[in-house]
Amino acid sequence: MNDAASESRQHYLNCDYSVRSWLLTTDHKRIALLYLISISAFFALGGVMAGLLRLELLTPQGDLVQAQTYNKFFTIHGITMIFFFLIPSIPAVLGNFLVPIMIGARDLAFPKINLLSWYVYTLGAAFTIVAMVTGGVDTGWTFYTPYSSTYANTNVILTALGVFITGFSSILTGLNFVVTIHKMRAPGLTWFRLPLFIWAHYATSLIMLLGTPVVAITILLVALERGLGIGIFDPAIGGDPVLFQHLFWFYSHPAVYIMILPAMGVMSELIACFSRKRVFGYNFVAFSSMAIAVLGFLVWGHHMFVSSQSMYAGMIFSLLSFLVAIPSAIKVFNWTATMYKGSISFQTPMLYAFGFVGLFTIGGLTGLFLATLAVDVHVHDTYFVVAHFHYIMVGGAIMGYLGGMHFWWPKITGRLYSEILGRIAAALLFVGFNLTFLPQFVLGFLGMPRRYHVYPPEFQMLNVLSTAGATILGLGYALPLLYLTWSLFFGKQAGPNPWGAEGLEWQTPSPPPTFNFERTPVVTQEAYAYDTELEGHRV
Amino acid sequence: MSEHSSQVAHQFDDATQQYEASTLGMWAFLITEIMFFGGLFAGFFVYILGHSAAFAEGSRHLDLTLGTVNTLVLLGSSLTMALAVRSAQQGNRQGQVLFLILTMTLGLVFLGIKGLEYAHKFEQHLVPGPHFRLEGPHAQFAQLFFSFYFAMTGVHALHMIVGVGLLAWLLVNALRGKYSAEYFTPVEVSGLYWHFVDVVWIFLFPTLYLVARHA
Repeated sequence: MNDAASESRQHYLNCDYSVRSWLLTTDHKRIALLYLISISAFFALGGVMAGLLRLELLTPQGDLVQAQTYNKFFTIHGITMIFFFLIPSIPAVLGNFLVPIMIGARDLAFPKINLLSWYVYTLGAAFTIVAMVTGGVDTGWTFYTPYSSTYANTNVILTALGVFITGFSSILTGLNFVVTIHKMRAPGLTWFRLPLFIWAHYATSLIMLLGTPVVAITILLVALERGLGIGIFDPAIGGDPVLFQHLFWFYSHPAVYIMILPAMGVMSELIACFSRKRVFGYNFVAFSSMAIAVLGFLVWGHHMFVSSQSMYAGMIFSLLSFLVAIPSAIKVFNWTATMYKGSISFQTPMLYAFGFVGLFTIGGLTGLFLATLAVDVHVHDTYFVVAHFHYIMVGGAIMGYLGGMHFWWPKITGRLYSEILGRIAAALLFVGFNLTFLPQFVLGFLGMPRRYHVYPPEFQMLNVLSTAGATILGLGYALPLLYLTWSLFFGKQAGPNPWGAEGLEWQTPSPPPTFNFERTPVVTQEAYAYDTELEGHRV
Repeated sequence: MSEHSSQVAHQFDDATQQYEASTLGMWAFLITEIMFFGGLFAGFFVYILGHSAAFAEGSRHLDLTLGTVNTLVLLGSSLTMALAVRSAQQGNRQGQVLFLILTMTLGLVFLGIKGLEYAHKFEQHLVPGPHFRLEGPHAQFAQLFFSFYFAMTGVHALHMIVGVGLLAWLLVNALRGKYSAEYFTPVEVSGLYWHFVDVVWIFLFPTLYLVARHA
């Protein structure tokens, strides 16, 4: 299809311009864009909070905010970024848009439930933000009892209810994906012909289905304990606050894999495309997603090595946590093997992929430090932990999100962005990220605890470096916002397949028609058939 | 691709695909429900190990007669629900309407009896909180038992209320003649939900009323 034809063609964006057609849409592509808007707003809020935290930590004294305010800030940062940005980011935006197209379906299995999940998410999150901004919450995103249930004098009940409500959107999205992937694949699209992006989303959806209800009931019990005196975690009547930690981490550790698995799925697509090669060891990469989902449910106790858990339980959880490294390493090695002797091009999405592989590896390896019992006693609750999980969540999940966004942006909008600006932003993000969080590994190892607004003067140098890095990181995030928005109006027409990529989503025009395909595609070969393509095949 | 009948939504190829997707969707949802109640059951069984005497004391203050009656009521409602699904599959509209009304009535009877039990607990000062009163050596920790009792049966009752709402919606559609021998998916899927909520009670009743009593 050439540019002139795609101008006049009808597609999901120009079929109806009314507000009503957006707010009541059941088209998975439009819902993905609704999610994109909400998620970007919450990301901006979480980012501003991170900026304020780093600003306060520029100096050893507490000269910007008081301790109480600082606690509220990092709680807003944590809750917003985890529950309202990272968990929905890739599944609800890219997954929503791509899962049906990649499997050759017209929509998800339950389009109305998909729209419902967006409303639940947006209203629940907005409700939580109002609660956190008006009264504030100072428990941290973890809501640990008995502080949250008995002692905190802040808006814990409303915030907990907001998080509880938002959880349902996650369950509904996961449910939709599982049913869609099981029942709605195009003819010929067998399980082992699926793109690895789909495998990653399938594994993620299983975690959403099995984990989210547990944190839902846990958070509900905290709210009931504060509100009605149902004291299940109250030591005064024989309750055990540590039970809360068990139930909380039973979800919240797998939740880390909800954030990283979809990013890994994005990576498999990017690396295959920009290396012009089939993904090395497809089956291993697919099954490693499932293995991570399963093992993820068996390691929650590594958050509780120092909170009265039995030593023997600690040893078993430590061993099981090490096991997660195996499927994670399989992925990293297989991506590297995919690039080996590939015909690599350094376009913007691929720069994010390089960033992801490096940063995720550092994040994963430092996770092994923390899974080691004795080392964890030393660095528990220090900046070492903060740096570790930011390497996974920001260096991994957000790099994956942005990489995927740049890869599929031409498909979603039909427009190309500025490649130069894209590469500059990717480089800025990589430099800014490392400058922000590498010093925090050192700070943590030297003993700086997390969640304090003041610190001894000898830590200032490293904190200044970290704050400087956060500034660069902020610029790196602002840049895509500008040039991607710019591309909507002035970008060149993308055409159906600007990267010369394989996959069903590239066989339909950009932007796709409302029902994705003119006729249901029939799949006759495995995914990533790059090595069979002829020279000069690129569009 | 087979032709679209009016009951097949646009995203599905045919009625079979739609039926299979809806059923799988409900089963997946019920698995999330198992995990939801599972958190409560796990907590209960952890605590009963440490506070068995207090839990036994608390359990002996539950009304075994009303609990048993309620179990029978709910089992009966599962029977009528199954009959409602069968009527729908056979395209028998009268039977459908009759059994849906019976199921709803039994569900409401269950909720009424539960409300009666709650009222008794309230009068006896057995609701956790500042007004909790219980004599005896285990008074302090028995409050924990009642915390679980109210949390578990309360969440279950909430599911019952949602179930009755679903049945009301089915009833309206059945009266309008929306379901036929070719299209009965909503009745069957709602039936799955109703049976699940019933099964939760089948676990709650022995856990709270029978096992804890002798712990």
